[in-house]
Amino acid sequence: MKTEWPLWEIFIRGQHGLSHRHVGSLHAPDAEMAIKNARDVYTRRNEGVSIWVVEAAQITASSPSDKGPMYEPSESKVYRHPSFYDIPEDVGAM
Amino acid sequence: MYAQMVRSTGTGLKSADEMSAKERAFQARIDAGEKIEPKDWMPEGYRKTLIRQIGQHAHSEIVGQLPEGNWITRAPTLERKAILLAKVQDEAGHGLYLYCAAETLGVSRDEMTEMLLDGRMKYSSIFNYPTLTWADMGAVGWLVDGAAIMNQVPLQRTSFGPYSRAMIRVCKEESFHQRQGFDIMMKMAQGNAQQKAMAQDALNRFWYPALMMFGPSDKDSVHSAQSMAWKIKMNTNDELRQKFVDQTVPQAEYLGLTVPDENLTWNEEKGGYDFSEPDWEEFFEVIKGNGPCNTDRLAARNKAWDDGAWVREGMMAHAEKKRARKMAAE
Repeated sequence: MKTEWPLWEIFIRGQHGLSHRHVGSLHAPDAEMAIKNARDVYTRRNEGVSIWVVEAAQITASSPSDKGPMYEPSESKVYRHPSFYDIPEDVGAM
Repeated sequence: MYAQMVRSTGTGLKSADEMSAKERAFQARIDAGEKIEPKDWMPEGYRKTLIRQIGQHAHSEIVGQLPEGNWITRAPTLERKAILLAKVQDEAGHGLYLYCAAETLGVSRDEMTEMLLDGRMKYSSIFNYPTLTWADMGAVGWLVDGAAIMNQVPLQRTSFGPYSRAMIRVCKEESFHQRQGFDIMMKMAQGNAQQKAMAQDALNRFWYPALMMFGPSDKDSVHSAQSMAWKIKMNTNDELRQKFVDQTVPQAEYLGLTVPDENLTWNEEKGGYDFSEPDWEEFFEVIKGNGPCNTDRLAARNKAWDDGAWVREGMMAHAEKKRARKMAAE
């Protein structure tokens, strides 16, 4: 009987009100065990206050070959950045 | 080091002319310091070599728990016991980070485990030596983890993203390992004559096996060139060995212990120590499976795998049942 446990991706919120961040993956039979294992594997030194686990098979990722067409449209829109605009020094901080 | 003599797959180092357009573009990305991610195109040789290297590295972390686990129940104080437990638990964690990195290359965890258990994949030669006294816990932390750090610090910059990220985590945790080992050595070396003799004996037994961890001498290291071009090996074996000796000898002097090498002398010209090579015949024998503990180590891993089978299966069956019940309720 093939019993390899599914792979889970682990996301952890650090101490400082940050977003959950991907830290790695692990194998577990179900979500509950995945959280317990994540506690042992990824927070041995107090690295987090909250854990999310997502079955790796449930994640849909963008394809690396789409890199060009996916992100190119934003490259030419420099006016979306504040540094595009020259505000005279006399106006003060803005 | 934790990965020794990893065979790189392919026809050896290719010149730019011999590479296909894809291979050239791939090498250019590596040369530019870009990280390769799992879904990116990569040469089959790169993928296979990395699976071998990361897998061997992971197996070393897991098998490496055995010589230290040997002393958990016999640690001299409760504090030492808690520290050793934490260290051994870290090694399990490091093994898991590395297995995950290898899995992104398309090999499964169970496949890797099975290849370890039937001898198709290797682990570091160092873990085939026995830990005979408590002082060995000091020597292992100080020398073995010290040698591991020497190799793992540069690997944080390796070209494969998941491997690099695993190494960053490992390095963050590893310096505790070396320091706790040195702390044990200090205590023993400053103790009574018998304790000092134990510390010296541990150094005597672990010195050359620690030097072997870096793998054969560069002149006999046939797989280095391709791996270095791919940035999955960052320094040559001899470079790292020299660095390790230069760092460790003054620490031994501080402890008042003698490095077991009559030829050890400072070489002003190269700004490093001259030292004796380990017995390479012994090294190749250990790699082949004829070290003092090879049989024990593999037997212990096989027993853990076999004895745990009902747990793995039972938990999976339980998870399936829960899922089915939840579906029925919805």
